[in-house]
Amino acid sequence: MCLAIPGKIVEISSENQDSALVEVIGVRRRIDLGLLQDDKPAAGDWVLVHVGFAMSKISEQDAADQMNTLRMLREIDGAMQEVQGYGLEDREIDASRLDYKEPIQ
Amino acid sequence: MRFVDEFRQPGLISKTADEIRRLAGTERHYRMMEVCGGHTHAIYRFGLKDILPENIELIHGPGCPVCVLPMGRIDDGLAIARQPGVIFAAFGDMMRVPGTQGSPLEHKARGMDVRIVYSPSDALKLARLNPDKHVMFFAIGFETTAPSTALTMIRAQAEGIRNFSVFCNHVTIIPAIRAILDSPDMRLDAFIGPGHVSTVIGCRPYEWIAHNEHKPIVVSGFEPLDMLQSIVMLLRQLKAGEAKVENQYKRVVPWEGNRAALRAMAEVFQLRPYFEWRGLGFISQSALRINDKYAEFDAEQRFVVPGIRVTDPKAAQCGEVLKGVLKPHQCKLFGRECTPEHPVGALMVSTEGSCAAYHSYEHRKAAMVTLTA
Repeated sequence: MCLAIPGKIVEISSENQDSALVEVIGVRRRIDLGLLQDDKPAAGDWVLVHVGFAMSKISEQDAADQMNTLRMLREIDGAMQEVQGYGLEDREIDASRLDYKEPIQ
Repeated sequence: MRFVDEFRQPGLISKTADEIRRLAGTERHYRMMEVCGGHTHAIYRFGLKDILPENIELIHGPGCPVCVLPMGRIDDGLAIARQPGVIFAAFGDMMRVPGTQGSPLEHKARGMDVRIVYSPSDALKLARLNPDKHVMFFAIGFETTAPSTALTMIRAQAEGIRNFSVFCNHVTIIPAIRAILDSPDMRLDAFIGPGHVSTVIGCRPYEWIAHNEHKPIVVSGFEPLDMLQSIVMLLRQLKAGEAKVENQYKRVVPWEGNRAALRAMAEVFQLRPYFEWRGLGFISQSALRINDKYAEFDAEQRFVVPGIRVTDPKAAQCGEVLKGVLKPHQCKLFGRECTPEHPVGALMVSTEGSCAAYHSYEHRKAAMVTLTA
């Protein structure tokens, strides 16, 4: 729940400007942009996602660092599970992109 | 040094550790509280205690929302879900938290309709998919998650959804820090401020800690270097006799916070006069309730709530651990009656709870990342 998961905005919905498709290590999920309405992100921007809502814009480097931190904290699986959970049934997973590094023992 | 190079500017980690040792000297003891459970987890995981000098003591704070929730609130939520046609929806973190008659997961095994959701908006989606049922979202969290719950209710009202409610257990971090500072058995020198809560509330709400309590506070990121740099910033202030709010996590935390998120919270919530925190007791104006404008989505107004109060098992010393008076392993139940597999207290449930973190890493050093600097 408290995980901050970096995602790259792939596309903003044309009917609903508060709904975006983001990609997190190969998983595409719909998230809510409503909490960034003062500083709206565009396609290609990176955001930190909490419980399905984008909470802040970050740089690509910060996104990579945050992913690394999650991996070192062994929370990648939790993050993946969480992201896959967004939107309940409509999964869209590109399995070929799931080759992230194993957590370090 | 094996894992140091996995992180941002690896060379800086050992330099920063050297700087901490230089600043800390040997003359006095420093007690610093990391408020956020995410920091607690990272401190254990990265073995930071092993690279800090002995006279710097890190005290684990109250910033784990699952851990501070009194058992009676879980019983209340489950009592609502026992009513016919109700679906109990909650984050995965809540599922193994024990109530007096078992956890939500155990209630599911006994036939209750319990669903894990990863977002409050998914609980709302469940309501859309089940128009003949009522979906009650068991909301927990600090200011990191409260805006998402708020915006979900705003969306539900705009859509005219009738079969959705929120059992609100959102709490706010500032009154908890105040309660800890007011506690007579607690002596702290400085605070490592929460990172993600601060993306929402910004840094201003901490100013009273510096101005009135004369304690330095540095809002920190979660990487080892972030936390070490924050400790350097705190030591520099302490050495200079200063007390300021500083922001080490500027790359994510704006000084003013996220105004859109604060607006969403203000639209939907109001402060409760008081709320019970596990281990800390009743704290005034420390939690959020749903205001009259959104009363139709307030599970506490739509359903009869028993208002159960449960005292924690006498032998469990969650309160003392939560306030940092005892270390996790000093509790009589730690590692015996209370384990991550069979938690008695909530601090053992969540990976961000200090007991679970201590149990996973301190007990099994092999699980730690070696960060020898």
